[in-house]
Amino acid sequence: MLDDQPVKGEEATVSSLRMVFGVGQTPPGPGGARQRRRAAAAIAAMVCASLLAGCGDSGSGGSKGGPKKSNDRGPITLATGKDTTGTLQGQLDRWNKQHPSEKVTLVELPESADQQRQQFIQNAQTKSDAYTVLNLDPIWVAEFAANQWIDELPAKEFPLDKMIPAVVKTGDYFGKQYAIPFNTNAGLLFYRKDLLDKIGAEPPATWAEMKQDCAKVQQLPEGKGIDCYAGQFDKYEGLTVNFSEAVASAGGSVVDAKGKATVDTDAAKKGLQFLVDGFKDGTIPKQAATYEEEDGRRAFQAGKLLFHRQWPYQWTLANAKDGSSKVAGKFAVAPLPGLSGPGRSSLGGLDLAISKFAKNKATALDFIKFFSDEENARTNLKVTSAAPPYTDLYDDPALRKQFPYLDTLKQSLATATPRPVVVHYGDATAAIQESAAAALNGSKSVDDALADMQKNLSAAISEK
Amino acid sequence: MSVIAPTPGRTAPASRPPRTSRRAGTGRLAAALLSPTLLVLALVIGYPVVAAVRLSFQVSTEGIDPHTGFVANTSHYGTGNYATVFTDDRLLRPWWNTTSFALASVTLEVLIGVSMALVMHRAFRGRALVRAAVLVPWAIPTAISGMLWKWIFNSQGVANDLLGTQILWSSEGFHAWLSVVVADTWKTAPFIGLLVLAGLQIIPGELYEAARVDGASAWRVFWRITLPLVRPALVVAVLFRLLDVLRMFDLPYVLVGPRKHSVETLSMIAFNEMTNLRFGSAAAYASVLFVYIAVVALAFVKLFGADLLGRGTRSES
Repeated sequence: MLDDQPVKGEEATVSSLRMVFGVGQTPPGPGGARQRRRAAAAIAAMVCASLLAGCGDSGSGGSKGGPKKSNDRGPITLATGKDTTGTLQGQLDRWNKQHPSEKVTLVELPESADQQRQQFIQNAQTKSDAYTVLNLDPIWVAEFAANQWIDELPAKEFPLDKMIPAVVKTGDYFGKQYAIPFNTNAGLLFYRKDLLDKIGAEPPATWAEMKQDCAKVQQLPEGKGIDCYAGQFDKYEGLTVNFSEAVASAGGSVVDAKGKATVDTDAAKKGLQFLVDGFKDGTIPKQAATYEEEDGRRAFQAGKLLFHRQWPYQWTLANAKDGSSKVAGKFAVAPLPGLSGPGRSSLGGLDLAISKFAKNKATALDFIKFFSDEENARTNLKVTSAAPPYTDLYDDPALRKQFPYLDTLKQSLATATPRPVVVHYGDATAAIQESAAAALNGSKSVDDALADMQKNLSAAISEK
Repeated sequence: MSVIAPTPGRTAPASRPPRTSRRAGTGRLAAALLSPTLLVLALVIGYPVVAAVRLSFQVSTEGIDPHTGFVANTSHYGTGNYATVFTDDRLLRPWWNTTSFALASVTLEVLIGVSMALVMHRAFRGRALVRAAVLVPWAIPTAISGMLWKWIFNSQGVANDLLGTQILWSSEGFHAWLSVVVADTWKTAPFIGLLVLAGLQIIPGELYEAARVDGASAWRVFWRITLPLVRPALVVAVLFRLLDVLRMFDLPYVLVGPRKHSVETLSMIAFNEMTNLRFGSAAAYASVLFVYIAVVALAFVKLFGADLLGRGTRSES
């Protein structure tokens, strides 16, 4: 039913347009009434479509805004970003087989995170019950919880103690668990092992070591013209991630435990200074100012980068033996470097939550338990290489054999920091990107940029 | 919404002169016949506009409960949103971007579109193919063409290869603005071309024959015959393009990205406000844009006399 709604809406628009133009041209005779009726139907369909899941839902009459402990059972939906792995339906089929009267329907949202958020918000503002279980980016949890669009979950019923603590924290708002980790993600330092072996160096733990290694490799005949380091520095969410990592790796934080902006600190300054200096002295190539994940991956796979901050998905792609990667088998991963020791990554991933306006919440809770359990996480890792939230999967010998980077990823996750928990995350990330981009392209000094960031970030946090 | 057309028998009181009464009757009949259209227009255009304007006066204040962390919303009506819009330093730059996009790309599109139309108007082998090929950019959804050009203008992309440069097109600066103008011109010059071609085809061939007999040069023929006669079509095409560019959103958003100041348009600001759930201020920005577009359109119609309502084609009795 959900799938054909956009089509319905489109048809309605078209026919009402036809109506608008048609009446102007043809004299309204007996056909006029029919057209008018068609227009009425078209408008009705449009209104319906715009109210999203309003029309003809066959759910059981659930209690509206009922108690937290709900006993409602029945069919539910899972709303998630486009399933690019093509494996979700198989997992839902397993559940549906065991629970024929509590089937889960997959609702695929667009691939872009921004568009997913919009649809989630639209759904919440119309108080629609179309989405039951929401697969949320962790940065939205605070916003959704604060607006009471998602329900608090009974934390005790989930094996949260078996999960990586920093990852569990992404589902937390004001000390209550609103979402359960489905998978997670952290940045790794991809490096050219072949070239580092040539100069007899271990992967760098600090930024200074990394720069020294670069200088040495660039002296080698094989390393001529190779660029040193890149991450994601285009003005988008990736910049927030990379800036936060630089600050955390210098010992600072973007937002402290009390929720106050702390980018005017000395540590924050050192973090941003590393990136700014990198662009100035050529450690980071100029074109990296426009890099998103895929641009950097292309450069790394073409052998143009010695070090690359990237998500684990690059492992499989850069190891492809079909000729698309010039560095297959020549690289390895390490935890991110920092100012005076190993750095700290930002957290990615997805969290599962229950929409406040949904029906059949008891089923939804059971489904989240099933969907986020260790077995499913293991399958997901094997099939889609999505990083699991469960600690012991990282030590599983079979999995380690398939994904040699798991050990490094575990280390990276152990010290990872969530991105700032801010209700108005959109404004917060905009404030961060604005000032960080200005500092990186040299239009503002590091001090000025951070002073502006502190001001705007504080404003976003305590927004009226 | 069943509207019953009045029967012809219903006429004005007999005391009035028959001529006037027939007119009044016709007027009422016309009003009745038009009313379904008007009702539909009121529903699908009138109501959203009114609702948006109303929303733009709704000033919301939001607080977060320090104990539960829940958002508490209060709102009242006032001009606060407009005050923010006009005191905000974010207004001028997007306004200039919007306007400069309109000026630059519409000018280029007219030049290229008219040349396209002149070429397509010639009889030559494979003309149908050329006409179809020219339309391809127009047929591609803007978001997709935005993606195509994003690849072309990538730091490791074709544009840099061909030009032998290392320009970072999607970084802030004039180059980002230029990339949007290029992509927009590529996409919509065919639109102007097609409308102008339609205009060209109704110019009678005798005029050209006469000009040839008189020994007029090709340039003179274009300037004195083609251009004046194709003008009505061209003016409408340009007006449509102007209105379109002034509310441009998708191309810069996809091609360069959100919140890049060199290409940020007024629609993008409104969108940004909306995604951050400040609907009142988003509506205020949208209303400002609405008024601006209306003023530009009105000025254009007054200046160039675009014959939108078809007044010139039918003589009034």
